[in-house]
Amino acid sequence: MVETDERRSVATQDAERTALVPDDGRMRRRRTGRAIAGVAGGLADHLQLPVLWVRIAFAALAACGGAGILAYGLLWVFVRQQSNEQPQEVSGKERQQAFGLVALGIALAVAAGTLSGIVNGWVAAGLGVTLVGVAVVWREADESQRRRWRDASRAGGVRGVVFGGGGGTALVRVLTGAALVTTGIAVFVFRALALDQVQFALVAVVAALVGVAVLTVPWWLRLVRDLGDERTARIRTEERAEIAAHLHDSVLQTLALIQKQPDVSREVLRLARGQERQLRGWLYGPSGYGKGIAAGSDPKKPAPETLSGAIGNAAGEVEDSFAIKVHHVVVGDCPVDDKLRALVKAAREAMVNAAKHAEVGEVSVYAEVETGQVTVFVRDRGKGFDPDGVSPDRHGLADSIRGRMDRNGGTVRLRSAPGEGTEVQLSMPLATANT
Amino acid sequence: MTEEGPVAEETDETTTKRPVRVFLVDDHGLFRAGVRAELDQITDDVEVVGEAGSVAEAVAGITHRKPDVVLLDVHMPDGGGAEVLRKVRPELPEVVFLALSVSDAAEDVIAVIRAGARGYVTKTISSQELVQAVVRVSEGDAVFSPRLAGFVLDAFADRPGAAPISDPELDLLTPRERDVLRLLARGYAYKEIAAELFISVKTVETHVSSVLRKTQLSNRYELSRWASDRRLV
Repeated sequence: MVETDERRSVATQDAERTALVPDDGRMRRRRTGRAIAGVAGGLADHLQLPVLWVRIAFAALAACGGAGILAYGLLWVFVRQQSNEQPQEVSGKERQQAFGLVALGIALAVAAGTLSGIVNGWVAAGLGVTLVGVAVVWREADESQRRRWRDASRAGGVRGVVFGGGGGTALVRVLTGAALVTTGIAVFVFRALALDQVQFALVAVVAALVGVAVLTVPWWLRLVRDLGDERTARIRTEERAEIAAHLHDSVLQTLALIQKQPDVSREVLRLARGQERQLRGWLYGPSGYGKGIAAGSDPKKPAPETLSGAIGNAAGEVEDSFAIKVHHVVVGDCPVDDKLRALVKAAREAMVNAAKHAEVGEVSVYAEVETGQVTVFVRDRGKGFDPDGVSPDRHGLADSIRGRMDRNGGTVRLRSAPGEGTEVQLSMPLATANT
Repeated sequence: MTEEGPVAEETDETTTKRPVRVFLVDDHGLFRAGVRAELDQITDDVEVVGEAGSVAEAVAGITHRKPDVVLLDVHMPDGGGAEVLRKVRPELPEVVFLALSVSDAAEDVIAVIRAGARGYVTKTISSQELVQAVVRVSEGDAVFSPRLAGFVLDAFADRPGAAPISDPELDLLTPRERDVLRLLARGYAYKEIAAELFISVKTVETHVSSVLRKTQLSNRYELSRWASDRRLV
């Protein structure tokens, strides 16, 4: 009772873990409920077919010149095991069935080969023994991989790589497999072929090489995969280091500066604002960290300058220079041309005026891209002024804003009265209608 | 600021007005403490009745305390503010949520609004403004920060090549609503909007509420995309 409960809880945990790990849709070999290597089971899971059908298909294919056996071997080599164990209920009957089908497949392959006269009995026997040996060794490699995952440690040295901490029995199994392969190849070479001495020597060498190559396939694969895993881990570490470096260079420095001058509230505010803006840009900006690669654009290619970016930069500069808060909201967006650059400069000048003269801590900027024109509002709730009473020697509004807008075909509207704040409305027609 | 004007004064006839009961949800204890201290200090209109630091705590606390307004952080482990909204709102539809977040990313803002929050303000808001916002949502009104107004305008914009409108009733803003939103985005208070458009503050409130309703129910492609990115629908 306790045991079943435990198993169930493990099962649910595993199910949860599986749910958490995004399924990349790739086939994985089964680790539990398998007859030889879990290839048929994995394929059945992948294709959502009953596993029995898949096994029968392999057995039937084995009759076609051993194609089923070859396919099984290739899938074994190139398909990874599941990295987590989902318990599969396997009845004794199914297991018997599976082994029966394996025997049937091999028998069919041998029978078909013998009947068609391509191979004689000795060749079949040699190949058969070799296959069994290979299966034993590869299976042991799977087991050692599994132990490594379970222990989450990397056993050092050649011994660790080969046996994966499996101990004596693993050694026995690997040696048995190797012995079987050697025997199989020997039978094949000595009895199946009638050769003179030179040919015999050549064939023996080639056969030995092939034997070694086949036996060591799992470990070569593991080397390659470990290399890939290590590269991924290194990239991740570098990424983390980059984040740490960024936080150090920006946030920690700013916090240190703030601690040095806690009494100068203006300065503290200015630093905090600047830092906030920088961090936001880094996180959510066009090439921002939080956007990830999914956002699409090539990080090396700078994005074209957009109106929202330009307005944001202008607002940031004014915030930094005058220690005020500039709320900016941009609706719609478009690329910046010369006219819009002039518009942004005029808007910046309006923000500067508000910062200098309005005597408030906040300025609102609102920009909207409509079909045919762009409108920017710069507004403060400051002391305001009488537009008609401005002395003619003050050039800010006249030259920097009105002059600039007039030259580029835009218009300026000004609303202000003493005590009621100021609002500057700038409109600029768009050159092309399609933006 | 007395921007509620005469309309607001008419609505609270009772002079002994009960303070608005507020529940704080934020995974940063320091921030909760700060908000609580400020709210206690500057006003008697608002009373903090409880706080929670996680989604589970929040659901239990809100169900138990039944506050008038929940100040809800957007980013929390285990699903964030939207998850709290999803769990509590079906059972306690009378509790009003005001999202309060450091993020002003469009998807965050739209996500909690779509999940049913009555407003969204950023954490840099001044305490006075926060109190106003709390009182306003508790009276059934919607609270838009300028940035949220901007996002909604953006999402409802009629762009060439945009997806065809499936429900014109919900998927378009009336010109008047657009005007109101524009002024909100320009940083106008309700009273100033009313004066600018020659309408009453009550009418402004109606427009804002209907914009909020459309934001929550509309099928607009941009809104749906934000919501589905966040696995809200």
